[in-house]
Amino acid sequence: MNEFTRIIAAFLSTSAFAALLGFGLAVASRKFKVEKDKKVEELMAILPGLNCGSCGYAGCEGYAEALAAGTDGNISKCGPGGPEALEALGTALGVSVDGAGVRKVARLACLGCDGVAVRDFQYSGYIDCEAAKVHFDGDKGCKYGCLGLGSCVKSCPVEAIGYTSDGLVEVDPEKCIGCGICVAVCPTGAMKMVPADIDWFVACNSKDKAKDTKALCSAGCIGCRICERKFPNAGFIVTDNLSVLEYTDGVGEGREAASAACPSKCIIKVKDI
Amino acid sequence: MTYVGIILTYTLVSNLVLAQFLGLCPFIGVSKNTESAVGMGFAVTFVMSLAALITWALQRFILVPLHIEFLQTVTFILIIASLVQLVEMVVRKYSPPLYQALGIYLPLITTNCGVLGIALISVNSGYGPMESFLAGLSAGIGFLLALLLMSAIRERLDTEKVPKYLRGAPIAFISGGLMALAFMAFDKALLANIIGG
Repeated sequence: MNEFTRIIAAFLSTSAFAALLGFGLAVASRKFKVEKDKKVEELMAILPGLNCGSCGYAGCEGYAEALAAGTDGNISKCGPGGPEALEALGTALGVSVDGAGVRKVARLACLGCDGVAVRDFQYSGYIDCEAAKVHFDGDKGCKYGCLGLGSCVKSCPVEAIGYTSDGLVEVDPEKCIGCGICVAVCPTGAMKMVPADIDWFVACNSKDKAKDTKALCSAGCIGCRICERKFPNAGFIVTDNLSVLEYTDGVGEGREAASAACPSKCIIKVKDI
Repeated sequence: MTYVGIILTYTLVSNLVLAQFLGLCPFIGVSKNTESAVGMGFAVTFVMSLAALITWALQRFILVPLHIEFLQTVTFILIIASLVQLVEMVVRKYSPPLYQALGIYLPLITTNCGVLGIALISVNSGYGPMESFLAGLSAGIGFLLALLLMSAIRERLDTEKVPKYLRGAPIAFISGGLMALAFMAFDKALLANIIGG
């Protein structure tokens, strides 16, 4: 009987202790309550709550706070949320998501597929661009081009990037949510963020001198400045032996002609105008 | 045991993770990159120091006088879990920067066996309040050290060519095991040589 009462006593006292602690915590949570921003809570409800950290913040809450405080204006950082979260965030914050010039997508600035770009050696290591990059700066002769090992493909949260049959990767602009993860992952910088509604695009990232570029890749921009000089209204700007198309409103005439005049044909048409 | 002895024992000789195999869940789970490893390490250090101190008080002022030491494990779990929750609230209220740094790791360690482990170890070793606190602190630092080393190893492993079936957790387990083996070099004899006793 004595043993039995001991069990009951232990049970009751432990329960009472737990209840006391629970009550204490409840009181404490009242007392130490932090006034949360309504906006933050609203945004938290939209975000997936995975705390994956792909946005660069410590968790969903960190990102929600930055968005609510306006310290971060980019609503497309949440990869797992996908297009739905992007849209909901846009509505909640009053930012237009699909407005002209706002939506950005990733695009590969490289045409150096097999047979076009020279390879220095046969890379047979771990299939990852970063790993290839540490081995003599990658197997491609051109150190600015796509290595084609798919670090971006693996990093894409919405599976918008796929491999092409000729050793490059390809972004599906319809699926791309513009999170920019692939751009950050790409060790050569060949992946770039561009507005989604562009018409023409300079698909090269080589900053090598004309002679080197020509020797390494037949589709590389040699920085000849034909596009910049002959078509001043098209928006081409050549710096570091590389032409970059500036997508400013009001300019753009002559891009088609510039594409035709480009000696290495690296100005490509992106969509029908 | 002297204070120096306690510090050396729990950071190196009886390292919680590498010698006593406690708290292995965060050791594997949060050691993927150095940044989160350090955050987790400091959160654990913080909680362990406090937990060791408060469980000492619980043991000394409640459990022993009432002769209910057999409720030790249960009450320790209760009080540590509540303590972590309370600390989280207080930190959140009064120190947002600290909460930013440790906040997301605190809920993860409410029931970390390492925290309970060091509380039980220091109580069962008959430590005083200062010794208990030091044991908790140095065990936490030992945990931080183990996590930091592990994360550095794993960051390098990420770019290595690892056989397909060993990628991820398996190679991490093997590396952790080898590291534990290396830590066996810090033994009682070495400690005796250092502090002379």
